[in-house]
Amino acid sequence: MASDGPADGVGGGRGAAMAQGLRAYGLIVGMWVRSTLAYRASFVMMAFGNFAATALDFVAIMLMFSQIDALGGFSLPEVAFLYGTSGVSLGLADLLLGSMDRLGRRVRDGTLDTLLLRPAPVFAQVAADRFALRRLGRITQSLLVLGWSLTRLDVDWTVGRMLMVPLMAVCGTAIFGAVFTAGAAFQFWAQDAAEVQNSFTYGGNAMLQYPPTVFAKDLVRGVTFLVPLAFVNWLPALRLLGRPDPLGLPGWADFLGPVVAALMCAGAAVAWRFGLRAYRSTGS
Amino acid sequence: MSATVWSVAVAAGSFRRYATYRIATVAGVFTNTVFGFIVAYTYIALWDARPHLGGYDQAQALTFVWTAQALLAASALMAGGGIDELQERIRSGDIAVDLYRPADLQLWWLAADLGRAALQLIGRGVAPMAVGALVFPLALPSDPLTWGWFLLSVTLGVVVSFALRYLVALASFWLLDGSGLALISGLACMFFSGMVLPLRVFPGDFGALAQLLPWAGILQVPADVLVGARSGATLASGLLFQAAWGVALLALGRLVQTAATRKVVVHGG
Repeated sequence: MASDGPADGVGGGRGAAMAQGLRAYGLIVGMWVRSTLAYRASFVMMAFGNFAATALDFVAIMLMFSQIDALGGFSLPEVAFLYGTSGVSLGLADLLLGSMDRLGRRVRDGTLDTLLLRPAPVFAQVAADRFALRRLGRITQSLLVLGWSLTRLDVDWTVGRMLMVPLMAVCGTAIFGAVFTAGAAFQFWAQDAAEVQNSFTYGGNAMLQYPPTVFAKDLVRGVTFLVPLAFVNWLPALRLLGRPDPLGLPGWADFLGPVVAALMCAGAAVAWRFGLRAYRSTGS
Repeated sequence: MSATVWSVAVAAGSFRRYATYRIATVAGVFTNTVFGFIVAYTYIALWDARPHLGGYDQAQALTFVWTAQALLAASALMAGGGIDELQERIRSGDIAVDLYRPADLQLWWLAADLGRAALQLIGRGVAPMAVGALVFPLALPSDPLTWGWFLLSVTLGVVVSFALRYLVALASFWLLDGSGLALISGLACMFFSGMVLPLRVFPGDFGALAQLLPWAGILQVPADVLVGARSGATLASGLLFQAAWGVALLALGRLVQTAATRKVVVHGG
C-alpha cells in the first residue's frame, strides 16, 4: 500500500523527485505560515513562549554560575558557546522537521492515508505538517546566547575558525534532523512512543549544553559512537576552545561533523523508507 | 449518589483510563530516565564545585533530580495533566453538557486529576526513581513514616497543581484562545516549582520569594520532605503551606467557576 507517492512512478529521476518534494514542502509550509500569521497576536505570544521556555534553561545556567566560577572546568562564556551552538542546531531542525513527531497520531487516527493519496512525497507532507513558525523563538534565543558568548570567548579568530561556527550549525541541524526523521520512522511501529525521541532531541540538546567533562565517560561514549550527537558541537567546540577531548579521540575526529551528518541522514532516509513500506493501513 | 461515591468512581475511571496508554507510559519512563541522568551529572558538577549549596549535600541534590523526574507526569510539572481537555470543552461549548450533570464541575475534575496522578506516580514515577537509586547514591529515607509524609506532601502538591491548572482552564470562558495563558502558567510552574533548578539554589531574596509562591508546594516541598530537609516543625509548616495554597486556590477556582457559569449562554434549541 505504501509508496513514496507518484514521485516514484512518474519518472524523471531522483533530482526531479527531490525538486518536487522541496516544492511540495515549500507550498505546505507557506500555507501554514499564512494561517499562523492570520492570528498575529496569538503567533507573537506563542513565539515569545517558545523563546521564554528555552531561555529558562539558560537562566538556570546563569543561576548556577551565580554560585560558581566554573562548571566541569568550563567558564560561563564557554558553556554559553556550547548552549548556543546546540540550541541553534536543534532549533533549526525542530523548525524544519519538528512536527514529524505527530506521525504516530496520524497512523493511529488513520489520517496518514490521506497523505498517501496526495500527489506529493509523503516525507515532504509529514515534515511540513503544522509547520510551527513559533519555533523561531528558540532559534532567536540560542543565537543571542551564541552571539554573546562569541564576544566573550578568548579565541584567536582566524577565518577557518570563524567558518567553523556556521558549519557546526549546518551539520548539527542535519544530525538532529536525522534523529527527528528516524524517530518518526520508529512511530510506524510504535505509535504511542513519540516521547522516546524527545530523549535524543531535547534530551540530547540538554546534554550538549553542558561541557562533556561533566558527564560520565560511558555517557559521552554513547553520544559519540552510538547516537553521534557529540559531533553537533562538542568535538568541534572543544577544538575551537582549545580543550582536550575527554575520550582522547584523534585530532581529525573533530572535523568529522559533515561526514557523520551525511551518514546519519542516509541512515534516517533508509529507516524512513523502510517504515513507510512496512505501513499497513487499517482500512475502512 | 453521594459526592464521595461518584468522586471515587471518577478517580478510579481516570486511573484506569491512563493505565491503557502502556506504550506511552514506557516511552515516558525512558525519557524521564534519560533526562534524570543528564541533570544528575550537571548537579554532581555543581555540588562538586559548591558542596552544601542551598543546604543540600550531593546525595540530597541527586535525590531531588530523581524526585523531579518521578513527579514530572504525576504533578504535571511541565504542562500536561489532561486539563487541556476541559479547556477544549469550554472552547467548543461541550461544557454546557457538563454543567447539566448533577455533579460539581470542580470536584469532578479534581477527582479525575487525582486518579490520573495516582496512576502516573506509579507508572511513571517508580521506575525512574529506582534506576536513579541503583546508579547514584541517593538520600532516600529508611523510615517508612517519612515515605508516608512524602506521599501526603505529593498529594497536596497535586491538589495545588490541579487548582492552578483549573483556574487557567476556566479562563477560557473569557479568552477565545486560552493557549497563551496555559503556556505562561506552564512556564511559571516549570521555573518556580524547582524543576529547572531547586528553589534553594536561587540567590537571596529572589529565592526566598520563590519559596513562598504556590508552585513551591508542587515539587520543592515534597522533595524536601523526602530528602529529610524538612522534619518536625519544618515538616508541619511545609504541609500546612501546601494545604493553605491548595484551599485558597480551590476556593478561588470556585469563585471563578460561579462567575463563569453565570456567563454561559447555550445557543441552539
